[in-house]
Amino acid sequence: MDSKVPRNPSFDLAAIRSRLASENGPRFWRSLEELADSAIFTEYLRHEYPRQASALAEAPDRRQFLRLMAASLALAGIPACSSAPPEKIVPYVIQPENLVPGKPQYFATAMPHTGYGIGLIATSTMGRPTKIDGNPDHPASLGATDIFAQASVLDLYDPDRSKAVTRDGRVSTFDAFLRALSAELESARTNDGAKIRILTETVTSPVLASQIRTVLQKFPKAQWISYEPVSDDNLRAGSQLAFGGYFDTQYRFDKADVILSLDSDFLSAGPARIRITREFSQRRSVTADTSMNRLYVAEPAMTITGAMADHRFPMRRSDIGNIARAVAQRCGVQGIAMPVGAWPWLEAVVADLKRHAGTSLVIAGPSQSPDVHALIHSVNHQLNNTGVTVLQTDPVEENPGDQRASLQSLCEQMRSGSVDVLLILGGNPVYTAPADFDFASGMDKVRFRMHLGLYDDETSQRCHWHIPEAHYLESWGDVRAYDGTASIIQPLINPLYGGKSAAELVSAALGNTLQSGYDITREYWRQQTGDSRFETIWRQAVQKGVVPDTTFQMRTPKLLSNVQIGNPSPPSNEMENVFCPDPTVFDGRFANNGWLQELPKPLSRLTWDNAAGISPRTAESHHLGNGDVIEIDSGGRKLEVPIWISPGHADDSVTLYLGYGRRRAGRVGNDLGTNAYSIRTSNAPWTAAASVRKTGKRWPLASTQLHQSMEDRDNVRTATVAAYSRDSKTVSEKRPAVSKDLSLYPKRGAGDYAWGMSIDLNTCVGCNACVVACQAENNIPIVGKSEVLRGREMHWLRIDTYFRGEPDGPEAFFQPVPCMHCENAPCELVCPVAATTHSSEGLNEMTYNRCVGTRYCSNNCPYKVRRFNFFQYSSYGESTLELLANPEVSVRSRGVMEKCTYCVQRINAAHIEAEKQDRPIRDGEVKTACQVACPANAIVFGDVQNPGSDVARLKAEARNYGLLEELNTRPRTTYLARLSNRNPEIPAEGHHG
Amino acid sequence: MSQTFSRRMNFLSRLTIFGAVFIVSAVALAIIEIVRSPYLTEAGVVRLQPVPFSHKHHVGDIGIDCRYCHSSVERSAFAGIPPTKTCMNCHSQVWSDSPELEPVRASFRNNTSIEWTRVNRLPDFVYFDHSIHLAKGVGCVTCHGQVDAMPLMWREKSLSMEWCLECHRNPARYIRPREQVFAMHWQPPAAPQDFGQKLAATYKILSTEKLTNCSTCHR
Amino acid sequence: MVEEVSPSDPGGAPLIAANYTYSSITDRIASIVLTRPTTLGWLAGFALSCLLLITLLGAVSYLLLRGVGIWGVNIPIAWGFAIVNFVWWIGIGHAGTLISSILLLLRQQWRTSINRFAEAMTLFAVACAGLFPLLHLGRPWFFYWLVPYPNTMGLWPQFRSPLVWDVFAVGTYLTVSFVFWFVGLIPDLATLRDRATHRWPKIVYGILAMGWRGSAIHWRRYESAYLLLAGLATPLVVSVHTVVSFDFSVGIVPGWHSTIFPPYFVAGAIYSGFAMVATLAIPIRAVYHLQDFITMRHLQNMAKIMLATGMIVAYGYMMELFMAWFSGSLYEAYTMKNRMTGPYAILYWGLILTNILIPQALWFRRVRASVPALFAISLSVNIGMWLERFIIVVTSLHRDFMPSVWRMYSPTIWDWATFAGSIGLFFFLLFLFIRFLPMISISEMRQILPGSHVRSES
Repeated sequence: MDSKVPRNPSFDLAAIRSRLASENGPRFWRSLEELADSAIFTEYLRHEYPRQASALAEAPDRRQFLRLMAASLALAGIPACSSAPPEKIVPYVIQPENLVPGKPQYFATAMPHTGYGIGLIATSTMGRPTKIDGNPDHPASLGATDIFAQASVLDLYDPDRSKAVTRDGRVSTFDAFLRALSAELESARTNDGAKIRILTETVTSPVLASQIRTVLQKFPKAQWISYEPVSDDNLRAGSQLAFGGYFDTQYRFDKADVILSLDSDFLSAGPARIRITREFSQRRSVTADTSMNRLYVAEPAMTITGAMADHRFPMRRSDIGNIARAVAQRCGVQGIAMPVGAWPWLEAVVADLKRHAGTSLVIAGPSQSPDVHALIHSVNHQLNNTGVTVLQTDPVEENPGDQRASLQSLCEQMRSGSVDVLLILGGNPVYTAPADFDFASGMDKVRFRMHLGLYDDETSQRCHWHIPEAHYLESWGDVRAYDGTASIIQPLINPLYGGKSAAELVSAALGNTLQSGYDITREYWRQQTGDSRFETIWRQAVQKGVVPDTTFQMRTPKLLSNVQIGNPSPPSNEMENVFCPDPTVFDGRFANNGWLQELPKPLSRLTWDNAAGISPRTAESHHLGNGDVIEIDSGGRKLEVPIWISPGHADDSVTLYLGYGRRRAGRVGNDLGTNAYSIRTSNAPWTAAASVRKTGKRWPLASTQLHQSMEDRDNVRTATVAAYSRDSKTVSEKRPAVSKDLSLYPKRGAGDYAWGMSIDLNTCVGCNACVVACQAENNIPIVGKSEVLRGREMHWLRIDTYFRGEPDGPEAFFQPVPCMHCENAPCELVCPVAATTHSSEGLNEMTYNRCVGTRYCSNNCPYKVRRFNFFQYSSYGESTLELLANPEVSVRSRGVMEKCTYCVQRINAAHIEAEKQDRPIRDGEVKTACQVACPANAIVFGDVQNPGSDVARLKAEARNYGLLEELNTRPRTTYLARLSNRNPEIPAEGHHG
Repeated sequence: MSQTFSRRMNFLSRLTIFGAVFIVSAVALAIIEIVRSPYLTEAGVVRLQPVPFSHKHHVGDIGIDCRYCHSSVERSAFAGIPPTKTCMNCHSQVWSDSPELEPVRASFRNNTSIEWTRVNRLPDFVYFDHSIHLAKGVGCVTCHGQVDAMPLMWREKSLSMEWCLECHRNPARYIRPREQVFAMHWQPPAAPQDFGQKLAATYKILSTEKLTNCSTCHR
Repeated sequence: MVEEVSPSDPGGAPLIAANYTYSSITDRIASIVLTRPTTLGWLAGFALSCLLLITLLGAVSYLLLRGVGIWGVNIPIAWGFAIVNFVWWIGIGHAGTLISSILLLLRQQWRTSINRFAEAMTLFAVACAGLFPLLHLGRPWFFYWLVPYPNTMGLWPQFRSPLVWDVFAVGTYLTVSFVFWFVGLIPDLATLRDRATHRWPKIVYGILAMGWRGSAIHWRRYESAYLLLAGLATPLVVSVHTVVSFDFSVGIVPGWHSTIFPPYFVAGAIYSGFAMVATLAIPIRAVYHLQDFITMRHLQNMAKIMLATGMIVAYGYMMELFMAWFSGSLYEAYTMKNRMTGPYAILYWGLILTNILIPQALWFRRVRASVPALFAISLSVNIGMWLERFIIVVTSLHRDFMPSVWRMYSPTIWDWATFAGSIGLFFFLLFLFIRFLPMISISEMRQILPGSHVRSES
């Protein structure tokens, strides 16, 4: 047990066990009582099959039937008679001071993602981290989160994580590894470590960096290589071109009136994505005092950024460079030739940008060439945006450089046998490295190979040593945000599988006396701050989650006068394939995360697969339908992949999503989809010429929304800003209102509160954070591809996606659909056992333990937000995943209906606190999980009968409308209509590119 | 030819007709009674504990306050089971070598928890919160009985939903002044119902509609 | 539509072939049970239905082990085959009561020869029907929560839900039908008791006969009790399927939410009921040479009733379409359009063909006179009525209000197994009935003998 962990004195498993057992919540972790000691625990974990994965097992065996049966019957027994086997209560021996049994605790920490930090507040329930939320004091989070942060807590408990130090696949110990390593290092002293290489992902952690630098001091000839498969090389090269040095660029979307995005998915990519979403959506939430921004997007495959665009121009990625040149030329950047090409909208866009000089913003994506980035810097300079909406700082990355080049040289050195010791600290290069590097075979020539990672993956398989990495919730450390602000990573639990953090490993390798991450981190920051101020700063840093005054200063680098920009590529129509990180499993690091696998990808709503995106027209010309398998031939490298016809996709272009086709991801992620890395080469990491051939094979694709046309119904109500400002009633009065007291049943008396929700369709960017947050908060199980194919996904909150207009250039709309909590709820009338009822505060309650599963309520729900446990989806007495469960929410058994409850557990908690303090619940005191997670502030929850509440104010807006309100269901969840801020100078068909 | 059945047998056939009615209803009644009997609810069944801890002695004779051991009862849903440390506060001096208390000392020595047997147990899908019940003037005795008279603990009430609803449907009958919730022998004044009504008003006890919402206890 | 006929009436085909005496009737019918050897055909049929019954048991036990997920149901189509079959069987279960009670009260004596196994069929059909609502529950072991009883939860069922009404409607129907059927059996059981030669049959039939001696008092009480029960059963013919139709019409789902449902469900029920009676009567009378008892007259009358009820059902379909247009409801209109042109259109037109068009042949006397034709048509109606229920349940749900959740429904092997199994159960019971109980009421057949009027007036 680690006495250094403040406020969480003991984390040994026995303690966890006792806490669980003394918990007065639902006891679905009762099985843990058998866990006599950690040895048995780890054993147990090794053998236990995770529910997550067994949901995928197509035909569970007989024993499992019996287990399921037993589980259901056991549950059946509970309400029938109260006599259950005698149960133990296991109290502490010595109870930690500030722990109140049954009350959650909150700790500030930070999650590193592609090296950059997102500040978080983690919820600890009796010593188990169970929920992740954003840290309002952190610049990259502002209190919001994204899908990766929300789902990271599932990774922590993933039973497939590597659990032991292995040597050549056999279990070993960390000490054994250290002995082996120190021997290597000794011999390396002779040549100053010329043959030592350290390979990391992008690193912004000051601690880790300083550790590695110490190594480099000891071994001057050793080298440190950083590699990210989804890298910012082009950004760095671009700033090199424009400024003659490395600078990070930040954007201020809250100050931008007109935005032109060239292939930049800024709402879901980049280390500042959450903050950007917040600032961007601020300018989309139309109230009297704010004016709405206008967004132009040119991109090959529709992203959520493209879906938010007022004008979207689908075009092949390789053509976008010419747009950049054209814009630059029109904006008066010197020495740029106007490329040939017909873009009817170009002049209008440029005019718009110029009109808003100083409050406009041009941004290009990391997949665009350095030239484009250099051009964009000049353009923003010309438009006087630099210093206002576009800012530069020194690079936050500790080891900036051309990652691709350095990895290439590493591969060559390895192949030439000039590398003896390779320490891979995180990452999975064997899987992610460019195909032409053939990293694996090169690596095989290294004498001493070590891999530190969360999983025993493709890379560790080919390494002599594998060290289990500590999850960020298990280890002390630090990380910088996109703007340099440093955060202390604070663990909430001791390493479940004895993992080590990178810093711990390096420190141990150096033979330092300081071995624990806690000491290392504290020691580093003590040196930075000086002993006198240290303790106060440290306490502040750990409490607030940010280390004071570590934010980088803005820099104003001069644009080089002689920027050399390559010539425009001649317009061509040959087929090209483009690579994108997968929207949910990213570069593959989340492949074993069931929540993210089953999370519908934005727009396509696909789960469990990475189908290639292709435009309707191209599909037609190749006679392809959804699920047809094509063979892509890119420079001799072939890949078979099923296609998904994507409205708004550029013609003659195929989008391949990285991160699938894993072989050693774990039981959830293995052998899903196809591995796009296998045809991704270093010279064409983002775009490659390719030929496409129909194979005639077919592959089932599990989409959660099969029908994306609105069928002349107005589920999503829309208007243009112009029309709306002319007549604000244009949205609300689309349908004749139904008389409010049109009901056979007597009116209900008003309760103390009337809970309701407002969802702003104009700010919602469809990022899915709310969906995962809901899943984490409410113990929502995943069901696996086969069940999704049958239409049985369990998400309480879904994001409906509709397209409107021509398939090759449609508008896209997102609509988060939770339970509407109708005041005249059709579901309530038809339930024969009163399992779904109406609360005095207007909640449409679902009482699982009373439900017999007639499913009548779902039939009668016009919104179809109810979810049914067709099988035993949730785990019963199985695996670590139960440590993840939120004790405030019942785990549902097979055969019962479930649905969004407006997070009633949070409402009740607030109720009880308010009652005890003898005061009413304050507005904003109850926040639903989806609301907290939302980076766009699109979801607002509260008491609608309190005129002062935010939600009441929003419902008074003219944009407010109820879904299917003509049915007189009187939904408590209402929507604010979607507006588009179209440029009148651009002809309607213009936005089809 | 001879009859298989004598005329007297007709009596039986008539009996079956009545039997059908009466026997069935008798069985139904029996079941209704059995499910409410201690045999199934286990109310009043004494539970053996690793240490023969006597509430009668500690509460009744010595008069230790409930909160000394059940420390989180006013703050949390869970009343709290005392850590071994709490026992040792006294028993490091008092009865420090009594054989009954060896398990306690052992627990303290080896830092291993004492495994008590649960007495009052609700199903997993019921979310009961001690703190709010106390705040609204529901006394310990009301649900747990005269623990000061219990040498070993037993469950006083059936803890069936029916039983919970009795109070949730008419709390006034069961509440007492806040300062009396831990009292073992508080008696309501004359006209308990009106007295309760007044208390309910002063403590702003929620409407019966709210108290009987499913989500008040189930989520 | 059925003209009043007394057996003495010269007009109209006879209800029973000439030259039959009390004893010969009794011999003829009782012998099927008592003396005649078990026919190979019976054994074969019984074996087959046992096979299907085993399928049912298999399917059900797997269902209980795994959960309803083994079926094709999903969100939004949360009701599938189970409810389709439930409604279908309940419908079939209607002819029995109708024939026994209403026709009895209307003094339609032609009912006598078919009422017995029509009633039996009713019982078995309702038994099959009863299976499905139980099995389709997510947690079948809690089915009793739908029944109001003083429980420790202090809760009652939610009485606004049609499913609770179903419990009462179907429960009552099953009980009354059973009592009615059993009471009707008593005199014949006595006959069998007296004519049985072996000891055990004597005892078994004796117990069941409850001491019947056929004395004048017995007969008087019997007659009044029988009439009383008939009166009691009559409203049920209407009530049961009305309530079942509420399961749909109370819902707001487009394609369900309609006031036409009760009448057109009842008509449909009688329609399918008679179709099933015909489907069974025709082969049975052939196998057991009962042409003398179940005469062409019976078949033709049933044909006429089928034609009439069939027309009511057709009217129902037309009204659905009309209301969809007349209501001006976007969703109703789309549902109807989707039925006719959507992915399930083939089934809809199949329904129109089998349920509406083919039965039109019954207008022709020649068709009504041809036994094979009647058999074919009644089969087609059985299929058609099943399709109707499928259309109502599935096509309404699979595309309702929110296009984002539209999905398809495809039954799994287990859906089919359960359906086939229920048919197996039905015939299993039917075969046992044919073998061990008189399938035609001996006593009542006696009454329609020309010489028997004095008795039947008593």
